[in-house]
Amino acid sequence: MGSQALSQNNETFEINLGPQHPATHGVLRVKLTMDGEYIVDAEPVLGYIHRMHELMGENRTWAKYLPNMGRIDYLSALSYNLGYVQLVEKMMGIEVPERAEYIRVLTTEMNRISSHLLWFGAFVLDLGGFTPLLYAFDDREHILDLLESVTGSRLTYCYYRFGGLYNDVDDDFLTGCTQFLKRLRSRMPMYHKLVTGNVILRQRLVGVGPLSAEMCRKYGATGPVLRGSGVNYDVRKNEPYSIYPELDFDVPVYSDGDSMARYMVRMDEIEQSMRIVEQCIAKMPQGEIKAPKVPKLIKPAIGDYYHAVEAARGTFAIRAVSDGKNQAYRMKLRAPTFCNLSLYQEASKGMLLADALAFMGSLDLVIPEIDR
Amino acid sequence: MAGYFNSILTGTKSLVTGLLITQAEFFKKPVTLQYPHESLEMTPRYRGHIQLVKNPETGTHQCISCGMCQKGCPSGCITLKGVKQEGVKGKVLVQYDLDFTTCSLCGQCIENCKPGAIEFSLEYNLASTNKEDFHYDLLERVKEQK
Ligand code: SF4
Ligand code: SF4
Repeated sequence: MGSQALSQNNETFEINLGPQHPATHGVLRVKLTMDGEYIVDAEPVLGYIHRMHELMGENRTWAKYLPNMGRIDYLSALSYNLGYVQLVEKMMGIEVPERAEYIRVLTTEMNRISSHLLWFGAFVLDLGGFTPLLYAFDDREHILDLLESVTGSRLTYCYYRFGGLYNDVDDDFLTGCTQFLKRLRSRMPMYHKLVTGNVILRQRLVGVGPLSAEMCRKYGATGPVLRGSGVNYDVRKNEPYSIYPELDFDVPVYSDGDSMARYMVRMDEIEQSMRIVEQCIAKMPQGEIKAPKVPKLIKPAIGDYYHAVEAARGTFAIRAVSDGKNQAYRMKLRAPTFCNLSLYQEASKGMLLADALAFMGSLDLVIPEIDR
Repeated sequence: MAGYFNSILTGTKSLVTGLLITQAEFFKKPVTLQYPHESLEMTPRYRGHIQLVKNPETGTHQCISCGMCQKGCPSGCITLKGVKQEGVKGKVLVQYDLDFTTCSLCGQCIENCKPGAIEFSLEYNLASTNKEDFHYDLLERVKEQK
């Protein structure tokens, strides 16, 4: 393949992928310049679902910005909740009780599993396999039920608070998590047999959309995309936060850089998240779930603050500038899939259209998070 | 040539493996529910729209019209009014409207309410083609509530 496959007489045509297209999983438009079946240029056109989350952060109090966090990446909302509350805790010097931290990590990792399960189902659906989606949703449903029983919501969680949590978890929830892990452990081999080992899937993914570590670095790609290109970078290990340093887990890294590598990273991450959840349940201390002294009015000292967490799709970071008032002067959200998508234009040149769609699926895009 | 037959073999094997798994699933109990003929009971912490808590002793709400819920709401969906009345200590709530169309179910109103006068309801199967249907008069609602 490669750009030399393009015809000599430069006859190209344009097609629109999106803004309403099942393969983009949202309102993303990609302007494709095609030469027959081959892509000459793929230009992502963003902004169809832009909601000004950054601006909203600058015109409301710190506490009132909390619900926005569940709506940036609605598939791994808890990581975003976590990033924001930890930023504010850093600014205000709030100490969070240990139990609250354990519950935060536990629920965030459950959320990561549910996000990866949804990606798994949708990705295989993109490739033409319908059944695995149903199985993945069946499992994901259990997580949603569990999270609903503590957070009250199924998708757009608003559960963490500055200094702690909205409410405590009970034993039913912890037992439910243990049972779910047992169930998922027994289902993983089935997924691998049904999907990972499938010849059609392998032929559509192995060697498709290779990304070099250099290209990932150039565009700032993070998360499974970066780890699928052989770079061992995970915020949970590299800039540890919360109780992650006390937990024992590995960061899956595959060096092939193709769509299959990204697939495998996420599948292995599900296993690692299960390990983390197990350890959280085993180690969870009793105690308070909210710091005793959280100031009613959040007015951080003048300064420039930054905090990053590992969301399901990569590094989610917030940079907030405070001018000492009760709302931010500047709020910058660094969303992972925005960077992961930006390499698409360069990487998809010369690809077959069908491969480009498989490649896009392997990036695990969440459009509202790209547009913010 | 060997590669050709090999891929036919692995392809068939892969196909049979997949079929065996889906076949086994086929005979399992369905996991879905025939909504709307059946529907689920929500968990106690489920966040439906907010409502005033009915105090079984007095038969009415326990709101003191302090306005903290309204002040803390990120989306400005609460409108309430309390008035001074002869012979009653504090203010009497005369209006409590919720605009559920903009509510983000964050729970900050409930956290801000010191007397615990509001809670999440468990209602979830709401649907309407008219936006006005989601403007609730919670004061009226607490009266109707059993
Ligand atoms: S739940 Fe949040 S958005 Fe809804 S009324 Fe209460 S404070 Fe406002
Ligand atoms: S915070 Fe509670 S008591 Fe105060 S006005 Fe709101 S509902 Fe009433």
